[in-house]
Amino acid sequence: MAVLRLPYLATAALSGALFGFGLYVSQMVDPLKVLRFLDFTAIPSGRWDPSLAFVIVPAIFVMFIAVRISRRRANPLFDTDFHEPEYKRIDRRLVGGAAMFGVGWGMSGICPGPAISLIAFQPDGLWLFIAAMLIGSLAGSLILPSGHRRRLADAAS
Amino acid sequence: MDSFTPLTATLGGLLIGLASAVLWLGNGRIAGISGIFGQLLPPAQTVVWRIVFILSLVGATALAALAFPQIGVGGVEPAILVTPPAAWSLPAPVWLIVAGLLTGFGTKVGNGCTSGHGVCGLARLSLRSLVAVIVFFGVAILTVTVTGIV
Repeated sequence: MAVLRLPYLATAALSGALFGFGLYVSQMVDPLKVLRFLDFTAIPSGRWDPSLAFVIVPAIFVMFIAVRISRRRANPLFDTDFHEPEYKRIDRRLVGGAAMFGVGWGMSGICPGPAISLIAFQPDGLWLFIAAMLIGSLAGSLILPSGHRRRLADAAS
Repeated sequence: MDSFTPLTATLGGLLIGLASAVLWLGNGRIAGISGIFGQLLPPAQTVVWRIVFILSLVGATALAALAFPQIGVGGVEPAILVTPPAAWSLPAPVWLIVAGLLTGFGTKVGNGCTSGHGVCGLARLSLRSLVAVIVFFGVAILTVTVTGIV
């Protein structure tokens, strides 16, 4: 099974490490920094911190190049398929889910990546947040058809 | 704008992009953290690489903090999670639990977060991701404004 071979797991480890380094270096791991970006009310007074725009744009740019490269390949290096999301419909789940996430993110300044990387610092209340995130995710999976086949069937109906 | 850190932000962004590129070109997987984290729960057939990814992410964050204790302006203050605005008179744990539940549920139902939709989805030119990004950024900005948390 490809997913248990060493190169596959080493790739996951390398990606996780780069991700963790990136979250720290960009300071996205700092909830207050994230909130200062989301606080557009600070724009008129000049106290707005636009740094996070400087995080996401180069990140998208690098990934965009990777996607271009992958379009010319039949498969990734260590698996048989690119697991491209196949569900295309813009529906209430997408918009409603994104809106709920937006409320959670705006309340906390913590999106899932930083939530995980914050484990390195063990701030008070972090495990409450992570446990709640996991329970929320589990609750979400109960109302969703599981697996991409069922989602595709759902999309076609 | 004394907290503006364009150089380290760009460097961190390039690293996050590289992380996403490595996982995509190596294993054909989207580096969406809500998905990787959410599918640690059953039913998930491919739990091992997700655990490896997450442990490595946490370890690298700790290492980076040791190597660069003073990054950006004033360093990282990860020891402080947000405290709820006084006007809401809610205990901090309640505030964090509600935020966590919304984040977990919303990213599951909406199929992604800042990394999955924001970085990978936009790079794939996915219309779904563009809609998701506009909605969650918009709502997050609105939430910060309404709650006055900053």
